[in-house]
Amino acid sequence: MPAGKTYTPLARTTLTSAAASVTFSNISGSYTDLVLVTSAKLTSGSEDAIVRVNSDSGSNYSQTILSGTGSSAVSARGSNATKMFLDSYGWVDSTNFNVSIAHFMNYSNTTTYKTMLARGNNASSGVDAIVNLWRSTSAITSIQVLPNSSTFAAGSTFTLYGILAA
Amino acid sequence: MAYTYSKIATYTVGSGGVASIDFINIPQTYTDLIVKFSLRDSSNTGDVWDWLDLTFNSNTSNYSARMVYGTGSATGSVSSTSQIRYAYYVASTSTASTFGNGEIYIPNYTGSNYKSISSDTVSENNATAAIATLQAGLWSNSSAINSISLKARIGFAQYSTAHLYGVKAEL
Repeated sequence: MPAGKTYTPLARTTLTSAAASVTFSNISGSYTDLVLVTSAKLTSGSEDAIVRVNSDSGSNYSQTILSGTGSSAVSARGSNATKMFLDSYGWVDSTNFNVSIAHFMNYSNTTTYKTMLARGNNASSGVDAIVNLWRSTSAITSIQVLPNSSTFAAGSTFTLYGILAA
Repeated sequence: MAYTYSKIATYTVGSGGVASIDFINIPQTYTDLIVKFSLRDSSNTGDVWDWLDLTFNSNTSNYSARMVYGTGSATGSVSSTSQIRYAYYVASTSTASTFGNGEIYIPNYTGSNYKSISSDTVSENNATAAIATLQAGLWSNSSAINSISLKARIGFAQYSTAHLYGVKAEL
């Protein structure tokens, strides 16, 4: 059964040249959840893709990570971090366009801290399930995606969907 | 109203089972594809769960994957340079009426880049052994995906289902 307009594309960016980051601004608060789907490659190297919301680079994030490296299952945690993680061992590299999927739960409420669930994937390095927390009661109105230090390559795509539970 | 998350096809296995579930002639009009499945094997392999192989465009090579899993008593991670595999239940050795369920997300399936996929599967059966997996997969082929095959080790049992959805990121 079609879900119709309950799963609505809000914005899509396809890079035509390398970019240090991609930002979705002025996000409507009229949905219940947000889903971010990235298919990204770097111009060089390999590293995690990270997310900051509402231009907040303070130590207001934390995360718990479960990863598979291909030979072992590992887990890590970060507290008072300055970023959310889209991936860990499923990092972005300069070889292939790797997919990450992030769910921002109840992103527009102004009462609770915000949770983001991420799935990172790289068939050459690993797979991740990550829960991120942003300790703010502000509604999320902007999302910035960036590599730690490299740049996203041309052809990378970033799509933001709104989920309406109405 | 334009649908942005649409069901393209559904396959329900009838009596007698089938060796594979195939979605063919996939429309090239969506941005991403999502496969959701609920599967049980009709065979007796002696294992609680078995593995199905995912293939695109009838191509049986150029696949790789990494997976992390938990069984209730152990965790681990494995990799493959030859296939993308998912866990589901074997009928004769697992709890009756239980099926292994999963979702496969395939972005930019019409593009000319290699196809990276994300998938999650679970198989719960109220018994001593079950499995949950997270998997990253890659099909190192630049062709647009026009068919998807879920191939059982032996065969899928009656009442197994698979659904193919298209997501259109059309603003």
